[in-house]
Amino acid sequence: MSLLEVENLWVRFPTRQGIFDAVRGVSFNLERERLGIVGESGSGKSMTGRAILRLIRKPGIVEADSIKLEGQNLLDLSEPEMREVRGQKISMVMQDPKFSLNPVMTIGDQIMEAYLLHNNTSKAQARVKAIEMLEAVSIRDPERVMRAYPHEMSGGMGQRIMIAMMLIPDPQILIADEPTSALDVSVQRQVLDIMDGLVKKRGMGLIFISHDLNLVSEFCDRVLIMYAGRIVEVCDADKLHEAKHPYTQGLLNSLPRLDQPKKYLEVLQRDEAWTKEDSVRGTR
Amino acid sequence: MTALTIKNLNVWFGAHHDRVDAVRGANFEVQVGESFGLVGESGSGKSTILKAITGLAPTWSGDISVEGTPLSGAKRDRAFYKTVQMVFQDPYASLHPRHTVDQVLSETLQLHGFKDIDTRVVKLLDDVGLGGKFRFRYPHQISGGQRQRVAVARALAGEPDILLLDEPTSALDVSVQAEILNLLTDLRDEHKLTYLMVSHDLPVIGHMCDRLAVMKDGEIVEVMDSEDLRQGTAKHDYSRSLLAASAAA
Ligand SMILES: Nc1ncnc2c1ncn2[C@@H]1O[C@H](COP(=O)(O)OP(=O)(O)OP(=O)(O)O)[C@@H](O)[C@H]1O
Ligand SMILES: Nc1ncnc2c1ncn2[C@@H]1O[C@H](COP(=O)(O)OP(=O)(O)OP(=O)(O)O)[C@@H](O)[C@H]1O
Ligand SMILES: [Mg+2]
Ligand SMILES: [Mg+2]
Repeated sequence: MSLLEVENLWVRFPTRQGIFDAVRGVSFNLERERLGIVGESGSGKSMTGRAILRLIRKPGIVEADSIKLEGQNLLDLSEPEMREVRGQKISMVMQDPKFSLNPVMTIGDQIMEAYLLHNNTSKAQARVKAIEMLEAVSIRDPERVMRAYPHEMSGGMGQRIMIAMMLIPDPQILIADEPTSALDVSVQRQVLDIMDGLVKKRGMGLIFISHDLNLVSEFCDRVLIMYAGRIVEVCDADKLHEAKHPYTQGLLNSLPRLDQPKKYLEVLQRDEAWTKEDSVRGTR
Repeated sequence: MTALTIKNLNVWFGAHHDRVDAVRGANFEVQVGESFGLVGESGSGKSTILKAITGLAPTWSGDISVEGTPLSGAKRDRAFYKTVQMVFQDPYASLHPRHTVDQVLSETLQLHGFKDIDTRVVKLLDDVGLGGKFRFRYPHQISGGQRQRVAVARALAGEPDILLLDEPTSALDVSVQAEILNLLTDLRDEHKLTYLMVSHDLPVIGHMCDRLAVMKDGEIVEVMDSEDLRQGTAKHDYSRSLLAASAAA
């Protein structure tokens, strides 16, 4: 039995122009591994992540044959039971980190509140832990940051704070949506090391959504490549550069390179036929 | 001619034990038509420099001049916004949640005094590669990358001379990134635009910029040519480690 099994997932939105299918029949599983999801903007990566947690806002609709967490179908759970899952078992770092923090509460109060919710301990102890967590994600002056409000944080600091908070419940699965897109390479590395440690030492499953093909190729075990709501290709992360699908190759070719300066970058030439191909199963 | 002059710039936030000296003694110049990059550590003050220019960081000292005109305090007049526009790092926070894409662009165009609003909205959406189907959507109904394209369209609405770009493509996938960067290249050629661009992605900076400044802990530690970046020749220890880490990735 897999940690997570997603079978035939659809996410639909009614719009002025009719129903829009943001995710179209996607199936994959997640073991205690680092699973990358890449694909162009709007291909359905975030909606796939959110749908697992049933966090699609109305009037959006989630449909699936099943979404099983260790055999338990999440679609059968009531909303209060689902809240338990979100709080304890599956954490998600959202793409817009500052947006998911409470703007009128200090960073320190938010981390401590989250910590106290999951640990039966004193406020003083929670404070010590909160500072430790900020240090773990390489925040320079944790004491000041504890007293600060979200708008006083830089882009990368916001991302790191969200990651620290999501790890508090010691989740079985972490869904990280562009968790390091605002980080410089050295801080990025530290954050990846933390996630890596959780996968290897505690057997966490990680879904890592990212635009950064090189990063995913280097950091993940497996990669799902999404296009127009479907999986067009699945490959071992370290073989991403040998990917066969013209879409994946197109993505790789559009990267700027320091060793090959040119005036214009290559732009992906989309093929109408890709939209019609069946979704590839991302299971193993 | 210089588009932008920054001399001995200090920017700080808060007071007493919560005072943060976010930028200390920064110096650089950007010529008209040049693209200048800002790279460096997270939290080192890159966004803060852009905010000081646009009047979003009220407490600063030193000199900031735009096309030869010195700025003071945090008030910026209409002429300033006609000349300088900014694309923010966080497109979600910078777009009004209850305004459709159409409202965002129409209102901006009206503020700039244009009459042919409808034609211009269509043209702007087209320029940033968003089709008409996105025109009447709200920010939460579009993906992260689509939101960033709206933010770029809004900045272009007033036909500015200088664009301040804070991580303009970090929320974009690589194919859209290529489209936006090509668009920025074309716009620069057509309108002789000047860019000041923050990114942690060194290949993006190398591709777009002529020169760049490396920041660490509130200070500019080095200004270098993009050619140095490509060759991996940096003078300061921190810039060297940054280049090395990026080459390893
Ligand atoms: N509320 C909504 N109504 C209509 N369409 C929506 C809504 N929310 C999202 N979409 C559409 O669903 C598609 C998938 O969105 P999603 O956020 O999953 O993209 P993504 O792959 O995460 O893209 P990005 O890399 O830009 O974040 C997009 O085309 C988006 O415009
Ligand atoms: N409004 C504010 N109030 C207090 N401190 C602030 C405010 N804005 C920024 N700072 C602080 O100033 C410092 C520099 O922040 P800035 O946003 O300029 O960093 P950055 O170089 O853009 O980093 P990143 O790459 O993570 O976006 C940080 O320590 C940040 O906490
Ligand atoms: Mg997304
Ligand atoms: Mg910043």
